Amino acid sequence: MQNAAIQVKGLQKSYQKVHVLKGVDFDVEKGSIFALLGSNGAGKTTIVKILTTLLKQDGGAATVNGFDVMSKPDGVRQSISFTGQFAAVDEILTGRENLLMIAKLRHLKNPRQVADDLLNRFGLTDAADRGVSTYSGGMRRRLDIAMSLVGKSQLIFLDEPTTGLDPEARIEVWKLVKELAESGTTVFLTTQYLDEAEQLADRIAILHEGKIIANGTLADLKKLFPPAKVEYVEKQPTLEEIFLAIVAKKEEK
Amino acid sequence: METTNKYFFSDLGVMLGRSMQHVFRSLDTIITVTISPIAIMLLFVYVLGGAIQTDTDNYVNYLLPGILLMAIANGIGYVSYRLFLDKQRGIFERFHSMPIARSAPLWGHVLTSLVSNAISVVVIIVVALIMGFRSSAGVFSWLAVAGILMLFTLALTWIAVIAGLSAKSPDGAGVFAFVIHLLPFISSAFVPTKSMPSIVRAFAENQPVTSIVEAIRALLSGQPVGNDIWIALAWCIGIMLVAYLFAMRVYKNRV
Repeated sequence: MQNAAIQVKGLQKSYQKVHVLKGVDFDVEKGSIFALLGSNGAGKTTIVKILTTLLKQDGGAATVNGFDVMSKPDGVRQSISFTGQFAAVDEILTGRENLLMIAKLRHLKNPRQVADDLLNRFGLTDAADRGVSTYSGGMRRRLDIAMSLVGKSQLIFLDEPTTGLDPEARIEVWKLVKELAESGTTVFLTTQYLDEAEQLADRIAILHEGKIIANGTLADLKKLFPPAKVEYVEKQPTLEEIFLAIVAKKEEK
Repeated sequence: METTNKYFFSDLGVMLGRSMQHVFRSLDTIITVTISPIAIMLLFVYVLGGAIQTDTDNYVNYLLPGILLMAIANGIGYVSYRLFLDKQRGIFERFHSMPIARSAPLWGHVLTSLVSNAISVVVIIVVALIMGFRSSAGVFSWLAVAGILMLFTLALTWIAVIAGLSAKSPDGAGVFAFVIHLLPFISSAFVPTKSMPSIVRAFAENQPVTSIVEAIRALLSGQPVGNDIWIALAWCIGIMLVAYLFAMRVYKNRV
C-alpha cells in the first residue's frame, strides 16, 4: 500500500516464556485515526514500543513512514512522536520549560514561539510558568500530548491516552485527537475503552491472544454481528451524562 | 546514525540544563550535599577535634579531604534517585523515541553529577578557608586534587547509574550510598589509622578512601605524595571502568 503510514507483517514478540505477539498484521493509512483495541496485557503497548523503536521484535517486519523499524530506527524517530501510557513530563520543570526542552531536542529554529503556541492551543498559558508537580491529571496529559506535537510529526502514537483521566479531561483529549487528524496527522492510539475507539477511530483493530482477530471500520465490525434487532429499551441517562450535564451547568453560571 | 550524532553535544547540553534545574530546585539536594558535610566539619573541628590526636596542628587541614569525599558520596545518592525517576516515569522512553543520540540522556545525568559535585566541593573549600584551612599547594597540586576528585566522582557516578537503573523503588535507588557513606569513617579521613584496633586498621589502610584521602592531604599540604596517589588513581580508574561497562549493559538492557 503506497498510502500506508504503518505496515506490520507477521510481528512476533516473546518475553522470556510468554509469547505476547504471535504474528500480528495490519496497515495504517496516512492521515487516519487507527485504534488498537485490546484488554490489559493483550500486547498493545508491546506493539507501540516496537513501532516507536523502543523494543526490538523477535520476528516479522514493521515499516513506519517507509522506514523499517529494525534497520532504519533513526528515520522512524525523525518522523514520529510517542506519548506513553503514563504522562512522561518532567515534574520539576514548568510546563513551558518542558515544551522548550523538547523543541530544543528536536532542533527547531524558534523554540520559544513553538512553546508559546502550544501552551496557548492547549489552554496551559496561565499555568505555563508553574511547576508541573502542581498540575492536575488532565493538565499533565494535555502537556504530555502538547510535547508530542512539538516539531509536527506526521505520525503520533498515543498509548492509552485517556486511562486514569476524569470524564471531562477525557473528552478534551478526544477533541484534540480529532483536531490532529483533521490537520492531516496520522494518529495511532491504543485503548481498552470501546467507546473511545467508536468515537475516534476511522479503523479499529482488535488484538486478542497475540493476534489481530478483527480489523475494519466501525461499520465493518458491526457487520460481523448478527443483523440488528429492533428492541425498545427505556433510555436512562448514564452517570457520565449526568455528571457532564451538571458540571456544564455550573460553568455557565 | 549521522543525523543524531551531529547534535550529540547540543542534546547533551539540553539534558545537562534539565537535570541541573533539578539540582537547584530541590532544596533537600542542596542541604544534604553541601550543608550536611559542612555541619560534620564544624562538629569535628569545634566539638570533637580537640580530643583527636593528629600529627598536624591544624585539624581543618587534616579533615578537609575526607569531608570532600563525603560530600561527593552524598551527591551520588541523588544521581541514582534522579535516574530511577526518569526510568519509572517514562522520560527515558520519551527521549529514546526521539531522534537524539541514545546515550545523551544518560550522559546528561553523568555530567550533572560532575558539575553539581564540583560546585559543592568549591563551596565546602570556601567554608574550610573561613574556618582556618590553609594550603601551601601550587597550581599543579590543586589540579591533581581536582583530577582525583573528578575520577572519584565518576567512579561513584557509574555505580549510581547501575543502582538507579536496576532499582525497583526510589528508596532502593539510594541504598548503596549508605555503604559509601560509611567508608570515610573507617579510614584515615577523621583520625589516623594507627589509633584503630588491628583488624579495623587493616581494613582502613587497604580501602580506597584512605589512599585517596592521604593523596589529597599530601598534595594540599605540599608533602611528598609517595605511593598513595598511584594507589588512589588505580582504585578510582579501576572502579570507574568496571562500573562503566556494567552500567552501559544495564542501560542497554533496561532502558
